[in-house]
Amino acid sequence: MKNGAALPIIRIDDLTKSFGKEEALQHLSVDLPKGQIIGLVGPDGAGKTTLIRLLAALMLPSSGQITINGFDTVKEAEKIHNSIGYMPQRFGLYEDLTVMQNLVLYADLNGVMGEERKKVFEQLLSFTGLSPFTKRLAGNLSGGMKQKLGLACTLIRKPDVLLLDEPSVGVDPISRRELWKMIQGLAAEGISIIWSTIYLDEAEKCSRVLLLNEGKMLFNGPPSEMTDKMKGRVFLVPKEKRADLVEIVNREDVVDATIQGADIRVVTKESHPFAKGKPVKPRFEDAFIDLLGGSPKGKSKLAENAPEVANDHEFVIKVENLTKKFGDFTAVDSISFQVKKGEIFGLLGPNGAGKSTTFKMLCGLLKITSGKATVYGKSLIDAPAEAREHIGYMAQKFSLYGDMSVLQNLQFFSGVYNLEGEKQKTAIEQMIEIFNFEPYLDSPAKELPLGYKQRLGLACAVMHHPEILFLDEPTSGVDPITRREFWNHINGLVEKGTTIIVTTHFMDEAENCDRIGLIFQGKIVTIGAPDELKKKAKTEQNPDPTLEDAFIYLVEGHG
Amino acid sequence: MVNPRRLKALIVKEFHQIVRDVSSILICVVLPTVLLILYGFGVSLDFKNMKIGLVMEDTAPDAQSFVKALVDSRYFNVDIGRDRKRIEQDVVDGKLLGMVVIPSYFSQFRERTDKIAPIQVIADGTNPNTASFVQNYVDAAFEGWLQQQYYESGWRGQLLIDPQIRYWFNESLDSRYFILPGSLAITMTLIGALLTALVIAREWERGTMESLMATSVTSSEIMLGKLLSYFILGMVSFILSIFFTIFAFGVPLRGSLLALMLSGAVFLFTALGLGLLISTLAKNQFVASQAALNAAFLPSYMLSGFLFEISSMPVPIQWMTYAIPARYFVSCLQTLFLAGNIWPLILKNIAIMFGIALIFYAILVKKMVKRLD
Repeated sequence: MKNGAALPIIRIDDLTKSFGKEEALQHLSVDLPKGQIIGLVGPDGAGKTTLIRLLAALMLPSSGQITINGFDTVKEAEKIHNSIGYMPQRFGLYEDLTVMQNLVLYADLNGVMGEERKKVFEQLLSFTGLSPFTKRLAGNLSGGMKQKLGLACTLIRKPDVLLLDEPSVGVDPISRRELWKMIQGLAAEGISIIWSTIYLDEAEKCSRVLLLNEGKMLFNGPPSEMTDKMKGRVFLVPKEKRADLVEIVNREDVVDATIQGADIRVVTKESHPFAKGKPVKPRFEDAFIDLLGGSPKGKSKLAENAPEVANDHEFVIKVENLTKKFGDFTAVDSISFQVKKGEIFGLLGPNGAGKSTTFKMLCGLLKITSGKATVYGKSLIDAPAEAREHIGYMAQKFSLYGDMSVLQNLQFFSGVYNLEGEKQKTAIEQMIEIFNFEPYLDSPAKELPLGYKQRLGLACAVMHHPEILFLDEPTSGVDPITRREFWNHINGLVEKGTTIIVTTHFMDEAENCDRIGLIFQGKIVTIGAPDELKKKAKTEQNPDPTLEDAFIYLVEGHG
Repeated sequence: MVNPRRLKALIVKEFHQIVRDVSSILICVVLPTVLLILYGFGVSLDFKNMKIGLVMEDTAPDAQSFVKALVDSRYFNVDIGRDRKRIEQDVVDGKLLGMVVIPSYFSQFRERTDKIAPIQVIADGTNPNTASFVQNYVDAAFEGWLQQQYYESGWRGQLLIDPQIRYWFNESLDSRYFILPGSLAITMTLIGALLTALVIAREWERGTMESLMATSVTSSEIMLGKLLSYFILGMVSFILSIFFTIFAFGVPLRGSLLALMLSGAVFLFTALGLGLLISTLAKNQFVASQAALNAAFLPSYMLSGFLFEISSMPVPIQWMTYAIPARYFVSCLQTLFLAGNIWPLILKNIAIMFGIALIFYAILVKKMVKRLD
């Protein structure tokens, strides 16, 4: 379809898609040019997956029209399937087939045979770096390698349009960077790419961005158009204590403020320079927050209600030579660290590095092979009940009872944490007031908007006022406003002496930590404050590395 | 439109998965074998060696002779005693299934005008089925004994009719002979409906279905790929089960193997249709397995005549059985194994199964859209 070069390759005209009463996409109209990387950006529930499925002709629009390459997605689905490559969110690989068997299947399905197939396989395997693993089962690949294999399968017959649904979710920064390089190469060959993502920093790398929020398009254009608006409005201010953040956020002239290592990153209203602030380059997220009307203000009522943690152990958690083996495989290899009272300690590392395993051992969910992990000097293995009384746990995925109402979840979890009678009643009432659950009390938890699910998860974890809070990727996929609200609560709790341990892929979240333990291949590569890690990664080529740069630099063996 | 190259690719993929997936091998090879062993050795609907007690209050030759008839019967394992109390206690304790009392005046019955022998039979009614067996078998034993008396001494008791009973097709009334062939229908239901519905649901769960759909593969190819793969698998399992039934359990095959394979193939086709239909509705493995159990497995188990005789079910339930494909297959199986090639019956059953299959596939073609909503 070379004659279509002048025309937009994708044309969306007044597209609406509803599921029952809920409108997942509302009156979307946009033309997308050929041969570009188009970022489909927005938090979970924005309508990204729905839009991609509509583009892939796997769903019918409720109203409106989509054409790809001139073909209508409703009437000419077959022609569209012949000209697109689509990678769904969950890899779409046969995990019980080997890498090669997956490739052969898709080659057969696409009619790529004989000499051509040999050439294509060779290219794709070297392109993805999967050559040494052709006999490995796809299910045994790491998250990043799965995505690369998924990509290879969709690229067997070169598509005109490549639709990628959140290809970087669950992929560590190193693999993310490699994926980006691959995609940029493909765009250079003239393939049009739709890359959907929840990571706002990825938006900046796209040539064009469609910003979606709650089914509406907030922005369509080159990302620089967004960030340019923020020029001269972003500053770094040294942080003395966490409470400074609340103070700054609540100022009239401030749109947004977040902790960034030892500093606070401040975004101000137009033509309101921040005194004493060091001007820095704006980011896509700054513009997004500005577009949404700024960060939520006010102090955390949750923290205000929480009692001061009276315990005066200096070290709350001590980990000594902690090791976990699964058969021959050592998932965690003799790691040691200590977490101080009232500290936010982050565990960072690529997929399969041993983060989650460490985390699960600390919470007493996995048995320790050797070594020691204690909470207030008590072993989680020997005295789990006593040790756990001080702990609150918020799991990565929404792990509440979806069929139970909000109130029932609150009642259940307060009961689990031994709250009874008057105490339980007050705790529940407090949570309802703090998180505004009133209108949702009788709704089943699974039907809540995503932001409320996240709030409910936090509420259930903190109702019993734990002194230590474990957070497993707490705000993954959550919109930036809810994320700010969440960290406002966490920062407030820390001020009261609560200790936080968090695992995360989000560099934004990592910036909130006092110290970060970087785990790689089961070992701790380095422990330090975010700024210390960044300092270590300073090179001539990169004098001002981001935390992500530092992460990659240190994991690649420079630690 | 079906493209042979793509179809072949899908079938090859399916077999790679089957080989690697322990659970499908379990369902296809191990499960039928276990089922056959269970039904062959475990489930028996006839009773042998039932433990009963016998209280002998009369020791005259007539009484002795009747006791001998009971003891010789292969249905009973008789505990003889003189003390009614002890035997009674054993029945109460559940050690015995029942008791027979031969009263002290038993031998006098020849002199009685009504010529009725006053033996008492007490059966443990907590298990009504067994209880009636005990009663019937004791009755039968007594009649047998009377007959014997007649042949030996010419004395005619109450017996007026002398039935000469022969059981056709299953001469020794061995329940194994009709249960084992019937159990083949269960195996085929499991493979056709349950396994197929599960593997397709798995493709939905893992997102592979979504990837497939976005390629140029058509939905007919996806369905045919599953259909052919599991048809082959099901037939292999069928042949394996037939082999076991005949050679390991000694059930005779009186009809032709060809007719057996034909009816098996048609039934499998029907079961696969149901499995595929379930899979278009159930997109996760939990729902798929529930649906397959309720729509395919349980009806085949309970309403096919494999374990429970259809003619003794309440009439409304009998009507329901007409909608169960397994009913026709069980009838084919039992006929072919025990009676022989009764073509009119077999062909009628095959035609009905085929008709039901056509309904399933007609709905399937309507429901089958290459789309997620």
